[in-house]
Amino acid sequence: MLTTPGLSQLDVLEAESIQIIREVAAEFERPVLLFSGGKDSVVLLRLAGKAFRPAPVPFPVLHVDTGHNFPEVIEFRDRQVAGLGVRLVVASVQESIDRGRVREERGLRASRNRLQTVTLLDALAEHGFDAAFGGARRDEEKARAKERVVSFRDEFGQWDPKNQRPELWNLFNTRIRPGEHARVFPLSNWTELDVWEYVRRETLELPAIYFAHRRTVFERDGLLLDDNPHTRRQDDEPAFPATVRFRTVGDASCTGAIESGAATVGEVIEELKTTRVTERGQTRADDRISEAAMEDRKREGYF
Amino acid sequence: MDILRLATAGSVDDGKSTLIGRLLYDSKAIFEDQLAALERAGAARGSGHADLALLTDGLRAEREQGITIDVAHRYFATPRRTFIIADTPGHIQYTRNMVTGASTADLAIILVDVRKGVLEQSRRHAFLASLLRVPHLVVAVNKMDLAGYEQAAYERVVAEFAAFAAKLDIGDLTFVPVCALHGDNVVERSINMPWYDGPSLLRHLEHVHIASDRNLIDARFPVQCVIRPRQAADPLLHDYRGYAGQVAGGVLRPGDEVVHLPSGLTSVITHIDGPGGPVAEAVAPMSVVLRLDDDLDISRGDMIARPGNQPRAAQDLEAMVCWMSGERPLTAGTRLLVKHTTATATAVVGDLRYRLDVNSLHRDTEARALTMNEIGRVRLRTARPLFADEYARNRATGAFILIDEADNATMGAGMITGLR
Ligand SMILES: Nc1nc2c(ncn2[C@@H]2O[C@H](COP(=O)(O)OP(=O)(O)O)[C@@H](O)[C@H]2O)c(=O)[nH]1
Repeated sequence: MLTTPGLSQLDVLEAESIQIIREVAAEFERPVLLFSGGKDSVVLLRLAGKAFRPAPVPFPVLHVDTGHNFPEVIEFRDRQVAGLGVRLVVASVQESIDRGRVREERGLRASRNRLQTVTLLDALAEHGFDAAFGGARRDEEKARAKERVVSFRDEFGQWDPKNQRPELWNLFNTRIRPGEHARVFPLSNWTELDVWEYVRRETLELPAIYFAHRRTVFERDGLLLDDNPHTRRQDDEPAFPATVRFRTVGDASCTGAIESGAATVGEVIEELKTTRVTERGQTRADDRISEAAMEDRKREGYF
Repeated sequence: MDILRLATAGSVDDGKSTLIGRLLYDSKAIFEDQLAALERAGAARGSGHADLALLTDGLRAEREQGITIDVAHRYFATPRRTFIIADTPGHIQYTRNMVTGASTADLAIILVDVRKGVLEQSRRHAFLASLLRVPHLVVAVNKMDLAGYEQAAYERVVAEFAAFAAKLDIGDLTFVPVCALHGDNVVERSINMPWYDGPSLLRHLEHVHIASDRNLIDARFPVQCVIRPRQAADPLLHDYRGYAGQVAGGVLRPGDEVVHLPSGLTSVITHIDGPGGPVAEAVAPMSVVLRLDDDLDISRGDMIARPGNQPRAAQDLEAMVCWMSGERPLTAGTRLLVKHTTATATAVVGDLRYRLDVNSLHRDTEARALTMNEIGRVRLRTARPLFADEYARNRATGAFILIDEADNATMGAGMITGLR
């Protein structure tokens, strides 16, 4: 006879994620956790903390800094990392540009989103990281729905969606050769709503931009963009004040806000339960370019 | 709220994608921007309406060929349950995908076109679900609109399927007549089939009882890693030594006497630390840390069980193996790595006892090799003992994957049928 009540959905997801994190920490030489300051990476960091408690998290945290950040997010990142006592490694897209590794995109819709891939791969190689934990979820996008939990990348960092290792039960094939690496997605089976429910249950702190606030914005391609130097607002794009929040924190040049009055975690959860648009469709200009935008970027080694 | 993991299978064009699209759509898991993309794609194809089937066609290569070719995961929730769908295609060459999707499934849905009846592929899907020991099987008899919603047509398929299923080990078998295209009996009961008095497919998925599918008898705890916060500033933590892992069966409680394998030494659980703090008991699939009364030499790959109920420590395994490599076949003498629970060991294939024809269930004892998507009964010898159970008894301690040591590819998956 069991005395405790059944496990909740969050308990089951949490257990599964912790199992994955421990497997990877045990089987890879040098894992690293990709931390953007966004809600998914905050949840990931919490799970990593729990997986090894009371010992410290046995791997560092890597932030790929586009240089186009919301200032609140950087400040938030530093506090989170200090709180957990993990080492922070920052890989800078600006540095990749300065060193001639990548060239800045031109034009109105230029973003550093795509450039991040090179910066990330360079950082993995430089530090010898052989496994990178990411907060991506399969519910986010079609190409992600086919992603493995432990996803193999060749020596060029490329993902081959037609040649993925089959993944059965909770048995992960973590074997790689030198120069290759794996991306690991412990939140694969979480939905956006699960993430928020977990934020509520664990009383996790998130950057303030996730909650309703007044901001000067303008409209472009059906998205509300922040009026900042990176978005290069044009004369025919009038700026106006609005009460908004962000559903993702990405590059400040292409992450859209939504009009929302949801100022608390509880209100965000209520809003999500009634929303009719996906997180990416609503807020990421980079995914609108083509039906297959994400798949193309992922093949090249994107997050 | 709990989670139901389901796998779907069906022959090409039986309506699997449409059915999943319908479940997602009617449970409001499809968002406006996704719908707009479907409408755009539908218009481009000239079909003129949003094609729900396109929703589950993920990658570009598949969109171009117009077929699904790998396992994709979908999520939807109702107020009663959250559902994780492992969507696997029905082509002959993709047995491995169905095996993959079914490995973690609580329930499998097999689509059958009512006009075509039970095809070779339907039989294969039923067999694979039983081989992987998916506890619940639902046969959705689809395209009832094209059979005039007639009971007789439905009953013919049910009888045919049940006759075949009787030869298999299927715990719970349910049939639902549906029209995925129009939604009959998918979410709401259909008014077109008053003769059917069972629940709609979704209602069945919401209510099927899965809690008792767990093994609560055989306590099994494969050790993932040892937690030793030695360098911690807190002196109380100086002597902390815990064994982290995910419970793979049974119930563990503080005070329980346990045995460590391979040493055979016994000890008593003093504490169980869950992700949120101490817990009074741990069952699968909880991830916990066990602390024991004695300082034993325990490391990753070891097993903790009960003295009176232990897994077998075996180097000779007999297993049903699904071969997944298109590069090389499995033959006697093939060297592989076996990954089983948290242990990895070198193994050599002893012999292939038979290859199974997954359509007729005929055993070919003359076969000398397994090639891609073939299933057979295989003897393996491992370089060191594995702590294992028969798969029929415990999916977690009876399963393994096979890895090629040279190129690290996952070559196959096995379900243990015998241990020595
Ligand atoms: N008339 C009718 N057509 C259906 C039904 N379900 C699916 N279809 C059609 O059958 C074709 C194949 O369906 P699809 O979902 O792509 O099949 P899949 O290959 O099993 O994924 C499509 O043209 C669907 O519109 C149904 O219940 N009735």
